Amino acid sequence: MTDATLENAPYAFVRKETLQQEPAPLSVAGPWAWIRIHLFSSPLNAILTLLCLYLVIDAVPGLIRFYFLDAVWTGTNRDACLADKVGRPVGACWAYVGDRLQYFIYGSYPVAERWRVDIVFAMFALGIVWLLWNKAPLKKIGFFFFFVILPLSAFILLLGGDRAEGLLRFLILVNFALAVLYLVLSFAPSLVKFWIGEGQLAVEEAMPPWQRFYRPKRLILISLVVFGLLALLADKVGLPRVDTGLWGGMMVTFLVSAVGIVFSLPLGVLLALGRRSKLPAIQLLSVIFIEFVRGVPLITVLFMANTMLPLFVPQEWSPDRLLRPLIGVALFAAAYMAEVVRGGLQAIPKGQYEGAMSLGLGYWQMMRLIILPQALRIVIPGIVNTFIGLFKDTTLVTIVGIFDFLRTIEATLVDPTWATPTTRTTGYAFAAIFYFLCCWGMSRYSVAVEKRLAAGQKR
Amino acid sequence: MTSIPSETVSPGKASLFYDPKIRGYAYQILLLAVVGFLIWSAASNAIENLRAQKIASGFGFWHNAAGFDVNQKLIPFSASGGSTYGQAFFVGLLNTLLVAAIGIVLATIIGFTVGVARLSNNWIVAKLAMVYVEVIRNIPLLLQLFFWYNAVLKPLPDARNSIALPGSIYLNNRGIILPSPNFGPAFEAVVVAFIVGIAAAIAFFIWSRRQQMQTGKQYHNGWIALALIVGLPLLVFFITGRPLTFDYPQQGRFNLTGGMQIYPEFVALLIGLSTYTGGFIAEVVRAGILAVSKGQSEAANALGLRSGPTLKLVVIPQAMRVIIPPLTSQYLNLVKNSSLAVAIGYPDLVQVFMGTVLNQTGQAVEMVSITMAVYLTISLVTSFFMNIYNKRMALVER
Repeated sequence: MTDATLENAPYAFVRKETLQQEPAPLSVAGPWAWIRIHLFSSPLNAILTLLCLYLVIDAVPGLIRFYFLDAVWTGTNRDACLADKVGRPVGACWAYVGDRLQYFIYGSYPVAERWRVDIVFAMFALGIVWLLWNKAPLKKIGFFFFFVILPLSAFILLLGGDRAEGLLRFLILVNFALAVLYLVLSFAPSLVKFWIGEGQLAVEEAMPPWQRFYRPKRLILISLVVFGLLALLADKVGLPRVDTGLWGGMMVTFLVSAVGIVFSLPLGVLLALGRRSKLPAIQLLSVIFIEFVRGVPLITVLFMANTMLPLFVPQEWSPDRLLRPLIGVALFAAAYMAEVVRGGLQAIPKGQYEGAMSLGLGYWQMMRLIILPQALRIVIPGIVNTFIGLFKDTTLVTIVGIFDFLRTIEATLVDPTWATPTTRTTGYAFAAIFYFLCCWGMSRYSVAVEKRLAAGQKR
Repeated sequence: MTSIPSETVSPGKASLFYDPKIRGYAYQILLLAVVGFLIWSAASNAIENLRAQKIASGFGFWHNAAGFDVNQKLIPFSASGGSTYGQAFFVGLLNTLLVAAIGIVLATIIGFTVGVARLSNNWIVAKLAMVYVEVIRNIPLLLQLFFWYNAVLKPLPDARNSIALPGSIYLNNRGIILPSPNFGPAFEAVVVAFIVGIAAAIAFFIWSRRQQMQTGKQYHNGWIALALIVGLPLLVFFITGRPLTFDYPQQGRFNLTGGMQIYPEFVALLIGLSTYTGGFIAEVVRAGILAVSKGQSEAANALGLRSGPTLKLVVIPQAMRVIIPPLTSQYLNLVKNSSLAVAIGYPDLVQVFMGTVLNQTGQAVEMVSITMAVYLTISLVTSFFMNIYNKRMALVER
């Protein structure tokens, strides 16, 4: 059998060499076949194709001409975008967007203080990348950064003034106190035996002092660094108060969505746990809250926050005009988040719960260490989708008089400086592009996560 | 690692503090106390604040005269006619229901068309449907409403230069002017015939289904239903001597007279809601069809069913099981999103009641509660029926 190769085969009709591969027949390969199969496979399809082609040819060149070829890119006022002044047909007036871009981003935030907003933007971007990028290191610190440090720093930086400085002072004081506490504990861990238990104490004592309690120490260190830098800024440059009435533009849009996500996620987790709780009162209250909020439109919640919230608190506590819709949005988003998280909790096999309990973990330990890490991971796509909805819904704060991005666009449209026939279309197109890019980007991310999660299920 | 000394793990004699039952009660009592306290303090603060601002409370306002007018109304309402806030509520509610009902029909049509188009093997149709879905779903509804209202409908020419469309339809910046129908007295007979036709069609469906189950014989359900629902009223219409005339709008020198006007706010809201929700329904439909495994249609083909019956008897019934629950929640979203009407001034429930009436009376608590209660009722009733449906449709497993 070893000699049985093609060369020494005894039969004359056995071909000795491999033939050249023939190209596929023209009926199934090549551009014409592709066109026939994908565009003209039946009379109905042919008609549909022609109809769609007509639609595309009718619309696309006009749009391109309006938004690019005939568009005006530079200019300082409406004269640049008026057809009779320029002497040619005028399309989109991008000069207006360029001129008003600062306003669209910062609203009426004082020009001299806008660097503060930029810092918050940068921190926000850092936090988002930290959390969403799968391979980012130190995820737990990332969570702490995004859900604790970022909101506090944003409050201090954006608002400024006495209140912010008071909060900053208090935070640094707390941090120092905790630092001292942990310094003491590093050398005498037995002081907290009642809290961490014998087993953990033994683990800590086996380590050299500086490595003991290294998790809380890291968090204290990072918050000390961040708040220390802020204090330095407040001291050297000064953080004068900027009233929330001056905030506006994309800054407010991002603020509302960030507040939505930062508060709705923990609240949503609590509500979801409450809804699955075995304690009837807790379950009932969670169900009532979730179903109530999900049953009413966001606008009514915003109106409620706007008109009823000031009634429910003593007059001197009356919440800030920007704070009211923020509370409304956070509570609204929490109910939707709760349902997403509940889906994740239900998807965890019962064995995980039983396994955790058989290890002797208490309820919160079981949730924190075993269940939630798994449940939250599988609902990341759901969370992102809820967040996309939330991001789009932030436009509704326009209706209760907050100057979010969409409202700043509307506001510039009534400004005579840029009153031209094409300003409105340009402004809306700019807004549409902004929202589209944000939402579409998030949905791509969600799809990617879904694929990554599904990879583990494939065999 | 040092091992835990075994004597610490002595069972029994757990203190009351660690008893899960007692702890459970404690947590619940604590939570109820906190919630109770919050409600109590909110209520007492509200009473205090309302007294300080001299705002009445209670539902006495319901019969007070409303001093405003609403342009679009389905029931008679006018400030001069002494209409009350209670009537304003019904005007707003009916307007919400009107736009929601028509919007649901349109959104369903758009959604199913686009959803099927996305799965088409025609490349350009599928791609266009995809572009539609991606663009519509990723842009906030409010922006789309602004676009339709401010950028499309408002720049239309004024009444003097109305755009005339075939069928005596005029388009201008005050909306769409249509011929208005005048119903003769005998028209009631046509309506009755229509209702009878629908009832007969349903009865026929039930009968023919039973026949099919027993004998396997199939009837042309669609044609017979069409004859009953459309043919019967038409027949009555001609027998009674065509009791329907149209009042055509006349192009005058400065204005259009006659006809009926559909307000641009309504049109913008309707287009916005139905295209937006249509985009979401398209995804629901696509997911539903994809959820039916390919083996199902292959098995149907193997049984000798043609592609028509395969779709009708095998694919669609199974896809509908997946489609209906998210479809319902899209319908609910549409109803809730119709409250965005307030942004473009369509007099829906929120705009009339939470906007105008609230501003006039200042009774925030009552207005917000009533408005929320309406939406909540719609949602809860729908989800109640949804649960019944789901129970009936759920796959019976071991």
